[in-house]
Amino acid sequence: MDYGLLSSIIHSILVASTPLVFAGLGALIQERAGVLNLGIEGLMIVGALAGFATAVAGFPLLVSILMASLAGAMLASIFALLVLRLYANPVATGLALTLFGLGLAALAGSQYVGQAAPQVAAWEIPFLSQIPVVGRALFSHDPLVYLSIFTAFVIWWFLTKSRTGLILRAVGENHTSAHALGFSVRGVRFLAIICGGALAGIGGSYLTLVQTPLFVEGMTAGRGWIALALVVFASWRPFRVIAGAYLFGSVSIIQLHGQALGVSVASQWLSMLPYVVTIGALVVIASRAGTSQAAPGSLGKIFKESR
Amino acid sequence: MIMIEARAVTRWYHEWIAVFIALLLTAATVSVLLASLGLDPISSLQRIFIRPLNSVYGVSELLAKATPLITIGVALALGFRAGVWNIGAEGQLVMGGLCGGAVALAFWNIDGFWVMPLILLGGTLGGLAWGAIPAFLKVRFNANEILVSLMLTYVAILLLSVMVHGPLRDPTGFNFPESRLFHDAATLPKLFSAGRGHLGFVFALIFAVLGTWVVKRWHLGFEMRVTGLSTSAAKFAGYNRDRTVWMALLIGGGMSGFAGVVEVTGNIGQLVPNISPSYGFTAIIVAFLARLHPLAVIPAGLLVALSYLAGEAAQLSLGIPAASTQVFQGLLLFFLLGTSLLVNYRIRFGRVA
Amino acid sequence: MTESVAIAERLSASSKQCLGVRGLSKFFGDFAANRDVTLSIDAGEIHALLGENGAGKSTLVKMIYGILKPDAGSMELLASSYSPNNPSDAKSAGVGMVFQHFAVFDALTVLENIALGLEGRFPDEALAAEILEVCERYRLHVELDRRIHDLGAGERQRVEIIRVLMQDPRLLILDEPTSVLTPQETEQLFTTLDRLSDEGRSIIYISHKLDEVRALCDRATLMRAGQVVDVVDPRQESTRSLGEKMIGERLNETKRTQVTEAHSQKARFTVRVGDVYPESTRNVVLTDVYLSVAPGSILGISGVSGNGQDTLFDALTGELTLPNPDSMVLDGEPLAHLDVEQRRLRGLLGAPENRLGHAAIPDLTLWENVILTARHTRGILKNNHLISGTSAKEFAEEVIATFDVRTPSVNAKASSLSGGNLQKFLIGRELLGNPKVFIVSNPTWGVDAKAQLFIHQMLLKLADQGASIILISQDIDELLSVTDRICAICHGRLSRTFSTEEMTPEHLGALMLGQEIDS
Repeated sequence: MDYGLLSSIIHSILVASTPLVFAGLGALIQERAGVLNLGIEGLMIVGALAGFATAVAGFPLLVSILMASLAGAMLASIFALLVLRLYANPVATGLALTLFGLGLAALAGSQYVGQAAPQVAAWEIPFLSQIPVVGRALFSHDPLVYLSIFTAFVIWWFLTKSRTGLILRAVGENHTSAHALGFSVRGVRFLAIICGGALAGIGGSYLTLVQTPLFVEGMTAGRGWIALALVVFASWRPFRVIAGAYLFGSVSIIQLHGQALGVSVASQWLSMLPYVVTIGALVVIASRAGTSQAAPGSLGKIFKESR
Repeated sequence: MIMIEARAVTRWYHEWIAVFIALLLTAATVSVLLASLGLDPISSLQRIFIRPLNSVYGVSELLAKATPLITIGVALALGFRAGVWNIGAEGQLVMGGLCGGAVALAFWNIDGFWVMPLILLGGTLGGLAWGAIPAFLKVRFNANEILVSLMLTYVAILLLSVMVHGPLRDPTGFNFPESRLFHDAATLPKLFSAGRGHLGFVFALIFAVLGTWVVKRWHLGFEMRVTGLSTSAAKFAGYNRDRTVWMALLIGGGMSGFAGVVEVTGNIGQLVPNISPSYGFTAIIVAFLARLHPLAVIPAGLLVALSYLAGEAAQLSLGIPAASTQVFQGLLLFFLLGTSLLVNYRIRFGRVA
Repeated sequence: MTESVAIAERLSASSKQCLGVRGLSKFFGDFAANRDVTLSIDAGEIHALLGENGAGKSTLVKMIYGILKPDAGSMELLASSYSPNNPSDAKSAGVGMVFQHFAVFDALTVLENIALGLEGRFPDEALAAEILEVCERYRLHVELDRRIHDLGAGERQRVEIIRVLMQDPRLLILDEPTSVLTPQETEQLFTTLDRLSDEGRSIIYISHKLDEVRALCDRATLMRAGQVVDVVDPRQESTRSLGEKMIGERLNETKRTQVTEAHSQKARFTVRVGDVYPESTRNVVLTDVYLSVAPGSILGISGVSGNGQDTLFDALTGELTLPNPDSMVLDGEPLAHLDVEQRRLRGLLGAPENRLGHAAIPDLTLWENVILTARHTRGILKNNHLISGTSAKEFAEEVIATFDVRTPSVNAKASSLSGGNLQKFLIGRELLGNPKVFIVSNPTWGVDAKAQLFIHQMLLKLADQGASIILISQDIDELLSVTDRICAICHGRLSRTFSTEEMTPEHLGALMLGQEIDS
C-alpha cells in the first residue's frame, strides 16, 4: 500500500469519527449526571440542519456551529422539561425526541435538499502538517476535528479536576444523597442536558458542514445510537470515547475503502459492519461489567424529592 | 403555589383524561403551526384529518396503515409493561417481510391453500429470530436490549437491500431492485373493493383482544409486568426475569415479523428495498398513546394511521412535506408523556393553612 | 398549644442558649407535620428528640437544617435570628447534620465524599491534611482514598461525622445514628459525642431507642402528632415511662410465655450447610450455617446489618437455591434445591425486610400484590395460568379485616400505606397461607410503636398455632422479648444458639461481634 493512500485513509477516519466524538461526549456528560437521553439521534439531525442552513445563508463556520449547538440545546430543553419537571419516562421521552427531531429536520430541511454548503478550509498546523504521511493524516484538518479533541480534554478536566464536575458526578451517582447535601439535582441535570444537546448538535452539524456538504433527510443514519453505545463502551470516560469513536470510524472507512481494495461483496454487507461491531462491543463490555467501570448509580432513574 | 401529590388510588378514567388533554394540546400546537404557515387552522385540519376519511377508499387505506401499527403496538405494549425496551420492532418487521417474502417467492408459481399460512409462518419466524438475538444477548451477557435491537434494525434493512438487489431480484425485471410480484395464493385478500385495506387488519384486531386477555387474566402477563416493575420483588414472588426478557422480545419479534409479512403480502405484493415507512418506530407511539393497554391500541393505531394519511393529504392539498407526519407524531408523544403526570399525581393549587 | 409555650418559657430561663425554636409550624396540604413547636437547646447540651415515626421529628430537623421552610414561627441561633433557605445557609450558620440514610456516594472516595459536604472545597492535598487533623483530634480513623462501597456502615457514618465536623459546627443533628451500629460502635460514637459536647457544641439526637437516650442525653423533647408534648430529663425517667409518654398510652408488654413447651418439641425445620454463595459479589458469603426450629418455636437471629442477613434470608426462602437438597429439611423433606415458589407450596413462607420493592410493588394495588406470593391459595390462580381478580380481592379484604390494616380499599397502591399498615398487610398475606415455617426479617423496622406491638402479637400467635418462626432482626429488645432461642450472625457466620432466657444484651452484643461466649 502506498503511503499517500494510508495517509488519506487515516485522514478520512478522523473525519468519519468526529461526529461520534461530539455526540458521544454529549451523551457522556448527561450520563455522568445520571441522565439517560436516547434522543441523541434527533438532536444530531436538528444540529445538522441548523448548521447547514446557517452556512448556506453565508455565515462563517463559527456562527454555523453556534447555531447548531443552540438548536441542539433548545431541543434538549424539551427533554429536560419532560424528564426533570414532569417525571416522564426517560426512555420513552428520548425516543420521542429522536422521532420529533427527525421529523422536524425533514420538514424544515426539505427546502435545503440539493443545496451545498461552502467548503470548510483545513487548519494546517505549522510544521507538524509538513511531516510526511502523518502530517497530512493528523495535522491538516478542519478546526472541528481539533475542537472535538479539545472538548474531550475539557470534559475530562471538568469531571476530575473541578468541584462542579465532582458535584455532577455526585448527582449522577446518587441523586438522593446529592439532594440531601443541598445540591440542586434538577439544576445540575438541566445544565448537563443542555450541554449534551449542544454537543450532539455540533456533532450533527459536522456531517453537513464537513463530511458531506449536503443535507439529506435521516442522514444521521443511527450515529446518535452508536454514540450512546460508545459511552457504554468507553465506561463513561471521555478519552475512551475518542478511542471508541476512532475505532468505529475506522470500521466505516474500511467499509468505504473495501471496494477500492478489491473486496468483492455487496456494499451492504460492509455497511452492516459498524452496527455489527457496535453490538459486539456492547456484548463484550456488558459481559465483563461489574467492576469499577460500572454505570453511574442513578443513571436513568427518575428523581423526585421526598418531603 | 402549585403542589404535586401522589394519588393513593388511580382510577381508570385518570389515564384517559390525560390522553384527552394530550390530544387537545397536540391539536392546538398543530393549529398554531398551521397558522404560522399562513393557513386557516380549522379548515386545514378539516382538510387533512377529516377529508381523507370521506370515502371507502380512504377508510380502506386507513385500515391498511393501521394494520402493522396495531399488530406491533400490541406486542410493544406487552413488552414495555415488562420493562423490556424493544426499540428494534422496525428491524423485526423488515425481517418478517423478508423471510415471508422469500417463502412466497420460493413457491411463487404454486397454488394451494397451504401456501399462505406457510408464508405467514415464515415471516413470523423471521421476526422471532431477529427478536431472539437481543433476548439472548441480554439474558446471556446482559447487553443493553435498546441498543442491540436498534442496531439490528439497520442490519435488517441492509439485509433486505442485499436480497432485493441480489438473490431475490426479479429475473425479468430489468435489474430493478424488486422481486417478482407474488402469486394470488401468496397475497392476502382485500377487505373492500377500493383501497388497500386487507385481511391483516382482522388479525390485528384479534391480537389486540388476545393481548388484553394476556394482560388481564394470564398469569404470565402479570409475571412480566411485575418483573418490569421490580426485579427483586419478582424474584421474591418466584418469577423469572430471563423468561420475561425472552417472552417480551419473542412476542415483539414474532408479532413484528407477522406485521412485516402481512405488509408485503397484503399491501405491497412484492419485495422492495423499502417496505415500511417506520411502522416499527411509530408503533412505539401507538403503544404509549394506548397507555400500554392492548385493547386501546386499536383506536390509538387508527389515530396514528390517520396521521400518515393526513401527512399525505397535507402534501397534496397544502403543499407541506409529508415529513410533517413525524412532527405530529413526536409532538403527540411529548404531550402524552408530559400529561402522564396527571395519572399518578394530583396537582393542587394553593395550600390549606 | 399554650402548654408548649409554658414549657418554652420555663426553659428560656437558661442562659447560654444555642438554638431557640418558637412556634414553628409546617403543613403538607391539610396535614400538620409540625404545629407550634417550641424548643430550646443550650450550648454544650445533648438534647434528645423522641417520638414515634410520623411524630414530626424529621420535619422539625429538616426545617432547622434548611431543607424545608416553616409555614409559621421563628428560630434563633446563637442569639441572632436564623431562617435558613437551604442546607448551605444552615451549614454556614454553624449547623451540621448526619443523616439516617447516609448521604454518601458509593463510587466516590472518602476524600471526595467529604469535599462534597464542604462549601467550595476540592479533594486535594490541603483538604486531606485538614481532615487528618480533625480525625486526630477526635480519634476517628478513616482511609481517605478508599471508595465508600468498600466500607461498612460504621465507617460510612464516620465519614458523615467527619464531614460535619470539618465545618466546625456549633450545633450537630444526628438522625437515628445507632440504628446500624454494634453496641461497641455505639459506645465509640458516644465517646465522640461527649467530647464534642465538652467543647461546647450542642447536639440534637433523634432516636427511638430509649435506653440510649437515657444514657447519653441531658434533656429530651417528646413529640407526638407534630406537637411537643413534654420536655423531660431522661435520667430521671424509666424506659417505660419515657415510652408511655412518647406513645401517649400504656404499653402492653409482649412477652413469650410458652418457652418450655416449645423446647420439648423436636425440630421440624433444619438447615445444615457449609458455604452459601450469594448471586451478587457485594453480598456476604455464609459459612457453616447450622440451625433448627421446632414447631411453635421462635428462633431469633441477631446481627448488625450487612453481616450476611440478606444472603441468609434469600437462602432460607429459596430466592437462592442450594446445590445439595439435604442442606435444608422441612418435615423430613429435603428442599434446599427448590425455588421460592416450590418452597412456598410446601409451607415455607417469608416476609423480607424491604417492604416496598421486595415484599411488595409500590405501584401495584394491594390486591395485585396479593398475587405475588399468595396466588396458590384460595383459587387466585386457576389452572396454574389464569388469575381470578375476584378471589385476589377477597383475599386482600380478608387480610385487611383480620389484621386491622388501615387503608381506603383493596385498590389502594401499596406505596400509599404507612409503614406499619403495609407491614401488617404483608405479614398478614403470608399468615393467611398458614405457614409451617415463617422467615421474617426486621419486621418492625420503621414501624410505629403500636403497629410494632401488633406485629409481635401476630408472630406470637402464629407460633402458638404451631408454626416455626425464624426472626432475623437488628433490634435487640425485639429479639429478647419475642424469641425462644437466639443466635447471632457476624461476617456470614452463625454463632451457637442460646436460650433467650439466659441471654443478656451484653452477651448478645458480644455474639454480634463474633465473640463466642460460654453460657
